[in-house]
Amino acid sequence: MMKEVRALGVDVGSTTVKMVGVDAEGNLVWHFLEQADPRVEDQVERFLARARHETFEASQTSKVWNAPLVATGYGRKLVHWPEGHRPATRSVTEITCHAKGIYRELAHGGTLVDIGGQDSKVIGISPKGDVVDFTMNDKCAAGTGRFLENTAHRLRVPLEQMGQVALSASEEVAISSTCTVFAESEVISLIAHGVAVEAILRGLHRSLVKRVVAMIRTVGLVPPLMLSGGVVQNPAVPRMLEDETGERVIVPRYPQLMGAYGAALIALDLR
Amino acid sequence: MSVTKACAYHFNVNLMGRAFLRLQRWQAERKAATGASRWKSDYLAPPLKIAPRTKELVARHWLQGRYANLNRKVAWVTSGAPVELLKALDFYVLYPENHAAICGTARVAVDIAAEAENAGYSRDICSYARTDIGTVLSGKTPVGKLPKPDLLLACTNICQTVLQWYRVLAHHFNVPLILIDTPFVYYGEATDHAVEYVKRQLEEAIPVAEKVADKRLDERKLKQVARLSKLASELWLEIMERNQHQPAPISAFDEFIQMAPIVEMRGDAATVDLYAALLKEVDERIARGISTVKGERKRLLWDNLPIWYRLRYLAELLAEHGIALVASTYTNAWGELAPLIDPERPFESAARTYTYPILNRGAGHKLATIKHMIEAYHLDGVILHSDRSCKPYSIGQIDQRDKLIRDCGVPALLLEADHNDARVFAEEQVAHRLAAFVEMLE
Repeated sequence: MMKEVRALGVDVGSTTVKMVGVDAEGNLVWHFLEQADPRVEDQVERFLARARHETFEASQTSKVWNAPLVATGYGRKLVHWPEGHRPATRSVTEITCHAKGIYRELAHGGTLVDIGGQDSKVIGISPKGDVVDFTMNDKCAAGTGRFLENTAHRLRVPLEQMGQVALSASEEVAISSTCTVFAESEVISLIAHGVAVEAILRGLHRSLVKRVVAMIRTVGLVPPLMLSGGVVQNPAVPRMLEDETGERVIVPRYPQLMGAYGAALIALDLR
Repeated sequence: MSVTKACAYHFNVNLMGRAFLRLQRWQAERKAATGASRWKSDYLAPPLKIAPRTKELVARHWLQGRYANLNRKVAWVTSGAPVELLKALDFYVLYPENHAAICGTARVAVDIAAEAENAGYSRDICSYARTDIGTVLSGKTPVGKLPKPDLLLACTNICQTVLQWYRVLAHHFNVPLILIDTPFVYYGEATDHAVEYVKRQLEEAIPVAEKVADKRLDERKLKQVARLSKLASELWLEIMERNQHQPAPISAFDEFIQMAPIVEMRGDAATVDLYAALLKEVDERIARGISTVKGERKRLLWDNLPIWYRLRYLAELLAEHGIALVASTYTNAWGELAPLIDPERPFESAARTYTYPILNRGAGHKLATIKHMIEAYHLDGVILHSDRSCKPYSIGQIDQRDKLIRDCGVPALLLEADHNDARVFAEEQVAHRLAAFVEMLE
């Protein structure tokens, strides 16, 4: 029988929404992920109903389901409990949540790079797990998943194959624009000039990774280098990040869930 | 000056204008007495009692400006210009930068700057310059009307943009431009020959200004103006230093608003009186245990110009988390040089004083100033406003941030925005960074 969920964390990102449930010891025992819906409230309500159904009603270890919830991510302020059921709730930024989640998961400090759909961040974490410094992407989507997503669409390469295709390239073209919109025009122009899709893709990945490396430099790289976020599923990103930094990249078990996991751990402390 | 013009000025400024502004102040004071505040009073102290008086003084200054062409010579000057010389020659002195800041707080700066952009001025140019040139080209202003300048005075101690900006103004208005070039102080102290060079330029400026003013400079008057400048600057410094008290009695946001007179009315007796009263009020706040942020938990420093169009938003956002903005390098710049002013040696001391603004000194000096302020004001962190269109203030901030974190262990946040161009301000991102920074401080 599955362990009882004692606290929940939800990460309402720009691209996906993630919910994590933890047991009394803080172990990640339940999770759910979906593409983000513009109606955040409805989506979170659905998530909660699912969590209740799959965890509480399945275990029936107590009469009242009162797992506290902490929300994080861009949509965190839109998260409310359904009417009539209001245990402790809080909203906390992804910086704190990611640091908390990854520290619990990997049990050491270092430099965490999180590349999400529309934002990326670098967090310096002390050996005790505290946030010592952080930086986030500029007021544009350069250095985020959206950068690759947009151009993948243009190149008619399925998102999930992008990384493999990029890694298979023997050549690489430089993409000079870091702006997502302008990079798209640049890609169109390269295609028109007959440049191979693989080389363009590799160049795009390089551009993204270089942008991220610039952010790492702002915070200062204190090893080990950890990587989380949905973009981790793309194998070219960790590989190229290792090339650019010369550091081995550590990826946690659930790279997309670190924010929600950290939120759940904070929620557990609210009990 | 003709009798008609004198009467028109007297009627508009001294009779109607004065009565109207006094009525406004009286109404504002009555409203303030009820404890009403437009700002979130759950987290913030009531507004300063002196606020309506400051507003009246500043509004009166701009009202005088509106009609200044009727009875006086007008000079437009940069914020770091040696204004004492012009005051002693009875010029009405207008600060385009202050006017631009008024446009910023009134949230009309973007619309006005667009007038300059449409005329070909790049968005990469200082947003104050774009606002000013936009007003000049379109006549748009929230203060009614700006008087035409008879003389321009630009001093390079704040940036190099003023060189081009004031040339544009000189060309547009076809009036003389006095340029005071203050050599940049890269390390340590200014050299003697640099100070001498500035002093000679000041001396050479006299005949030009005298010719426009159509009168001779009275040295006694110059000393008197310098004395008033010094007094006001000293009081301003004292007011800011009262924030070394914990909890802080006023915030840097208050200072951003209260600083208008020290910039644009330096050398006036009314400015000295105003700051003496403000100092008294701040002392009363300390005595009565009033803090600018209720339940102050953390204290921060602000580096760079304010974000004029979002003062209230930022003040409330920080206050909700118990964070007081207690000091800023920007407001400090108008007080820290007070000891250098020597009214008995107006030219020698002005040459040094106007060479030493923080923006005319190296990045290391700014870092040292920040470090000193962290100690003196018992600060927990620093917000470095990376100002899109104020490069001289923003350059070096990345290194300064690194050094603050690594050498001093003080958390520091780089916040991207612009002092006057609201199009550069991404509210969600700013709120997000600030929230994460606040959590980190805890």
